[in-house]
Amino acid sequence: MALQGNLRDFTIIQLLNLVHLARKTGLLVIETPEETAQLGFLDGRLTFARLGQEDDGLCTVLYRRHKLTTSQYRQMQSRQTTMGDMELGLILINSDILTMEEIINAVQEMYVEVVRRLFTLIEGFFKFDAEAGLPEYRIPVSIELENLIIEGSRQIQEKEFLQEEIPSLDMALKFSDRQGMDIQKVNLSVEEWKVVSYVNPQNTIKQIAKATKMRDMEIRRIVYSLIQAGLVELIRPTGALPGTVKPMPVQDHDEQRSLVNRLIDRIRSI
Amino acid sequence: MSAQTVKIVVTGPFNSGKTEFIRSVSEIDVVSTERKITAEAEKVKSTTTVALDFGRITVDDDLMLYLFGTPGQKRFDFMWEILSEGMLGFIVMVDSNRPETFREARSILETFRAYAPTPYVVAANKQDMPDAWDLEDMRVALRLEPKIKLLPCTATNRDTVKAVLLELLYSILEEMEPQHD
Repeated sequence: MALQGNLRDFTIIQLLNLVHLARKTGLLVIETPEETAQLGFLDGRLTFARLGQEDDGLCTVLYRRHKLTTSQYRQMQSRQTTMGDMELGLILINSDILTMEEIINAVQEMYVEVVRRLFTLIEGFFKFDAEAGLPEYRIPVSIELENLIIEGSRQIQEKEFLQEEIPSLDMALKFSDRQGMDIQKVNLSVEEWKVVSYVNPQNTIKQIAKATKMRDMEIRRIVYSLIQAGLVELIRPTGALPGTVKPMPVQDHDEQRSLVNRLIDRIRSI
Repeated sequence: MSAQTVKIVVTGPFNSGKTEFIRSVSEIDVVSTERKITAEAEKVKSTTTVALDFGRITVDDDLMLYLFGTPGQKRFDFMWEILSEGMLGFIVMVDSNRPETFREARSILETFRAYAPTPYVVAANKQDMPDAWDLEDMRVALRLEPKIKLLPCTATNRDTVKAVLLELLYSILEEMEPQHD
């Protein structure tokens, strides 16, 4: 079935993670208004990467990484049009210009660089084609995605972390009941003071953000630091309506089980 | 004495199929307060649930199950915590055809988990559509642990809806069993 969508909603990190965990094989094509990227995978490892129409032939890759001199580059470049990377690589090895390891490392570095550049993409249609083959003229490499995923994740880690710590901006804040706490003596930044001045069980974090003209991430970061410092606690805003449905009987486990079994029997009979 | 009432909350992103899910099994017409959508970005369908959906299944004279659907649009998320109070468990509906909503589904799931540590299952809705994502892919995308049930579903099909409800109830029963290390 289709594995496609938009990077706006499903990040490149999530895609790499999916490919890695599901050990997928195929070609991931990402189309942005500016360029098209292609990433090849074999059993969840990166085997190929290309961004746009850049010259990414082996000679160019090696030259850019200072593995070839200008004269070597010119000499090999003339052969690039008729030979694939594999053949060129063999010539370089047999001529004792480079070792196989140096060539493979250079190709791997280039692919990793392409993926790194994709981390910054926030918009673009993606499609994973499990049937598409990889270009045969390429030197096959096999790059573990784990490190790339970790690296990319760090960039969005803070954002996700804060969203998990403060899942809803509809919560309110109250000063913690710590004995001896004197808010006037605490050293806060201007932004933190702004937030502190609005701490009140009746104000949601969202309302505080609006009043202080802060974006979601800013207010989350400040609220998190205030919570960590023990100054404030998250609470439900006062005035919220209580639930109207009775909770499960919490004491009697047999009664609970009986109740759920009755529900099961009823659902089955529908 | 009035009947014991218990509730299950059906949540999920906008247009994930919560109203249809409840409608498929409710013995009363779903009390749904749908209104015309005003936000341009959310004009995938012409109406959405702005307050809540409410369905009912009578078990017997002493017991009734209420099904509450949460409002579909983000700006009504202040209702979530109120709805989650006292719930037996919850179901997160996810549209298998719209990966752009997976992140929101994950966020809703985590918010509800924070509100109440009750059992939950995830229903992969619209699995009958040609572009539906595979369950395994959805599990990875939604970052669901293996122990969390991710169930194929078609909200308009009563049998699949029943299966999802039953799996949630089985999870609730399992949760009640004494824990052994």
